[in-house]
Amino acid sequence: MKFVTAMCAGLLFGAGLLLSGMTDPANVLGFLDIFGAWRPQLALVMAAAVFVTAPAFLYVRRSGQNARGEPVELPDRRRIDGPLIVGASLFGIGWGLSGICPGPGIVLLSTRSGIVFVFMGAVIAGMALLPLVRRATERG
Amino acid sequence: MTTTQIWHALAGGALIGAGSATLLLLNGRIAGVSGILGNVIRATAGEQGWRIAFLIGLIVPALILGAGSPLLPGDWRWAMASGLLVGFGTALGSGCTSGHGVCGLANLSARSLLATLVFMGTAVFTVFVVRHSAAT
Repeated sequence: MKFVTAMCAGLLFGAGLLLSGMTDPANVLGFLDIFGAWRPQLALVMAAAVFVTAPAFLYVRRSGQNARGEPVELPDRRRIDGPLIVGASLFGIGWGLSGICPGPGIVLLSTRSGIVFVFMGAVIAGMALLPLVRRATERG
Repeated sequence: MTTTQIWHALAGGALIGAGSATLLLLNGRIAGVSGILGNVIRATAGEQGWRIAFLIGLIVPALILGAGSPLLPGDWRWAMASGLLVGFGTALGSGCTSGHGVCGLANLSARSLLATLVFMGTAVFTVFVVRHSAAT
């Protein structure tokens, strides 16, 4: 059952990315290019997504459980630290270079385009790199 | 921006929200794509099935409907540099556009709001440098 609901969630999410045009890097880079021919779509996509998701979070936050009555622990909402800022900064630079973030990257694997596989391979390598860097800095 | 683009953006965003709400309400999980992918590749102990199911679901609409042939800027080295920064940055910052940008903001999280402002800021700066500065 958990697989079925998670897959349905993924299907909705993937269909949304596709319909919204956010799988096209031109739309994302167009949004980020505020000094060029600005494309505001991404702001509408995010606003609509947040608007629809917010009531679900309100329910879980207030009740401490999901719709099945299982306890849910939500992520910390206040902690602000170095890794958050540095990580978000680096992610933004990478995102600005290609106009692709992890969700659209996975969706675009469907095009079987070699450069998308290079991108997603590098995303996975970057993720795998973090524990190695952490271990190295702890030792040094 | 045409009226069609506005409706597609709003309806697409609503679908993304419906997916995030579904995963939260029925699985008790956050629909953060970088977090889900990261936990799959790190083979984190515990439930992997729902994560893999979500990622399969994510790509299926594009496999059926097609995602067009969007053009990525730059060559393969450019894509590799971008991917490394995206992977490392989202792992270090615990989230991406979906985890912080959609779910975090929907959860009224100050932490996610800051992360979103920071990655939007550096992304805008990067695009500015690439597209408008004399250096490139």
